[in-house]
Amino acid sequence: MRRKEMTTRSSALLAACALIFAIISPPASRADSKLRIMTATTDLASLAQEVGGEKVDVESIARGYQDPHFVEAKPSFLLKLRHADLLIVVGLELEIGWLPPLISQSTNPKIQVGAPGYFDASRFAKILEIPTGQVTRAEGDVHPLGNPHYWLDPENGLRIAKGIQNKLSEMRPGDAAYFAQRYDSFEQRLKQADEKWLAEMQPYAGRKIVTYHRSWPNFAEHFHLDVVGYVEPRPGIPPSPQHTVELIGQMKRDGVKIIVVEPYFDLKTPNAIARDTGGQVVVLMPSVGGEKEITDYFKLFDYDIAKLKQAFDTTK
Amino acid sequence: MKRFSVLSLVVLSAVSAYAQEKPAGAAAPAPEEVRIRALEEQVRTLAEEVALLRGELKTMRDAKQADPATGGHLLLASTRIEPGVLPSSTSSTAAPTAAPDPNPAAPAAQLAQTQTYGGATSNAKLLNPDISLIGDFIGTAGRNTVSPSRSLELHESEVGLQAIIDPYARADAFISFGETGVNVEEGYVTFTSLPAGLLLRVGKMRAEFGKVNTIHNHALPFIDRPLVTNNLVGGEDGIDDAGISLSRFLPAPKNWFLQGTAQVFRGDSSDVFTASRRQDASVVGHLRLYRDLGESTNIDLGASYARGHNTAGVGTAFHPENFLTNLYSADATLRWKPLRRSIYHSFLLRNEFFWSARDQLSPLNVFQTQHAFGLYSDSEYRVNRRWTVGGRFDRSGRATNASLTDTGFSGILTYWPSEFSQIRGQYRYGHLWDVPNDRFTNANEFLFQFLFVMGAHGAHPF
Repeated sequence: MRRKEMTTRSSALLAACALIFAIISPPASRADSKLRIMTATTDLASLAQEVGGEKVDVESIARGYQDPHFVEAKPSFLLKLRHADLLIVVGLELEIGWLPPLISQSTNPKIQVGAPGYFDASRFAKILEIPTGQVTRAEGDVHPLGNPHYWLDPENGLRIAKGIQNKLSEMRPGDAAYFAQRYDSFEQRLKQADEKWLAEMQPYAGRKIVTYHRSWPNFAEHFHLDVVGYVEPRPGIPPSPQHTVELIGQMKRDGVKIIVVEPYFDLKTPNAIARDTGGQVVVLMPSVGGEKEITDYFKLFDYDIAKLKQAFDTTK
Repeated sequence: MKRFSVLSLVVLSAVSAYAQEKPAGAAAPAPEEVRIRALEEQVRTLAEEVALLRGELKTMRDAKQADPATGGHLLLASTRIEPGVLPSSTSSTAAPTAAPDPNPAAPAAQLAQTQTYGGATSNAKLLNPDISLIGDFIGTAGRNTVSPSRSLELHESEVGLQAIIDPYARADAFISFGETGVNVEEGYVTFTSLPAGLLLRVGKMRAEFGKVNTIHNHALPFIDRPLVTNNLVGGEDGIDDAGISLSRFLPAPKNWFLQGTAQVFRGDSSDVFTASRRQDASVVGHLRLYRDLGESTNIDLGASYARGHNTAGVGTAFHPENFLTNLYSADATLRWKPLRRSIYHSFLLRNEFFWSARDQLSPLNVFQTQHAFGLYSDSEYRVNRRWTVGGRFDRSGRATNASLTDTGFSGILTYWPSEFSQIRGQYRYGHLWDVPNDRFTNANEFLFQFLFVMGAHGAHPF
């Protein structure tokens, strides 16, 4: 009798599960609506918005003031990812700590790695600091595929935008002309802006700076700055007293006055270094949205260059 | 394309020259032989073409990896950069195409050889799964007569293998080498491209029963597992069995995340469930409700149910299949992590409550259901980039005798030299029932742990 009861219970349970799954119909797809684009970072969102215009809805997972290495894989992101038509990622293992579980749990076949809706922006950009020879973590949290902070070079921004244009045209051939026109306008505006930025940075060409993390090689290359040291002894390793002393010595020898820090790092050590060397800490934004006024890719460079200029002028 | 046409031209002329020579030959070969020769020639040409294309592919790949050789830093306006295309891929692939090689077949053949051997092996490695090994070394000092552990042990070495299987699935395997043997802790395939938003997982896996049961040892915020896990839910391995899992997001009010999971297992999990017959499968159901309370704070709630057979009836006059264990659990987690300082500060408060209803025989051999309850409450605070402090309170009855309630608390201090190693100390007090002596005893212990990670960078647990 007990056995019978058990069988009834288990079948009831199974039926309940089946019912739950059966009742819920798949969400109705909105035909001929905007393309839903999710991006890993705000910079990619801004580039996608430039190209996609009003034909796309774009949202970034990470915020601009957040360390993109350490985003949390919150279930709320799954709700956004499951309806996405396109997922644009930075790649080069920047998001390795949080994006893979989000993608595989999204239940969205369109954005799985290798699917047409998975777009790795690093494939279109010029990548620096690709390690050669042996790669070990004795060098800290190294990125074996190269430095993933490549979007801080306007040329790369343009290359990524071109890649996005091709991808969007492939997904919505009917709007290809629209995307091409948006891209052309973006290219023209970015080239103009870049001319202005380069002219602004011209007087400081070749200046030596120190940065907290290795986030700025592409930026430094494009704007002719020379990064001579890092506050972190190794990528991902917090500052150590010994390394800080060495760095201070080096900065004094080389006359380095500028310490560039990302908004998500503690300012205690950089401030101490600045006090010792008579230098200045500059909090530069590595991403769109790092500050309220940085609403797009153009304003990102506007902001960072204005801050840098100011710092260079006051530390002459 | 250009090279291809040059090549076809060369091949065509060679073939035609060969054909013209033919009649001049003293003994005209049989027409079949001519055809075979022509075919051979064709095969050779095709092979050369393949070699050529391979070479081209390689140069393109190399060019993509290499630093693009752009001429200094020039104005965007003045340089003609080709967006979407790496500058070098055009420049370096241009090299072989540019000079019209008088004899393109010769270097192509060389390329083909290096490609076949070097290329094949190095490319094959790219398809290896992500491999990692996590070593978990634990030391214990102090007094515990109820559940003593060894003074020093390499408690576990967990090998993780993870890869994308095909466009529809990925697989994860975690093989744990302990002091006494090897155990496939988890090994499952996840089908990520199913219709109707279903997520299917098949293999051996930790059941979706509460929170702590799903977490691997090395990802726990403490060295041991809570008392309630040991007393009611199968100890260190917990509910970990071969089976099938199906989950789906369920409709929920705006900004709420609701997920339902239904799992069927063989019914063998540590000492919780035992299947003596094929139909003694165990089932697990789980509901997860989550909401962001802001960009830094969120709550995560769960309710779980598990049911399976136990061993209480084996060897008795009763039907062994009538002895079931029903487990219920509720969990609540509050997390806080400010985005601007996420690597320096965070806070987590987690409570998990368990209820075990186990069918068994009383000392007087009467069929009865033993209802035992247990809970743990855990909190941790990240003080700075390297240090975390935490505490845990434990209280739990025993599954077979609910009147015996063990109590304990722990203080935990964790230090991270880097993201890939961890040093942890834990003071643990327990007020535990000592079965042989039939009384409660106090246990005071100090545990320490070294964790090290090598290989692939795993995902951070959430």
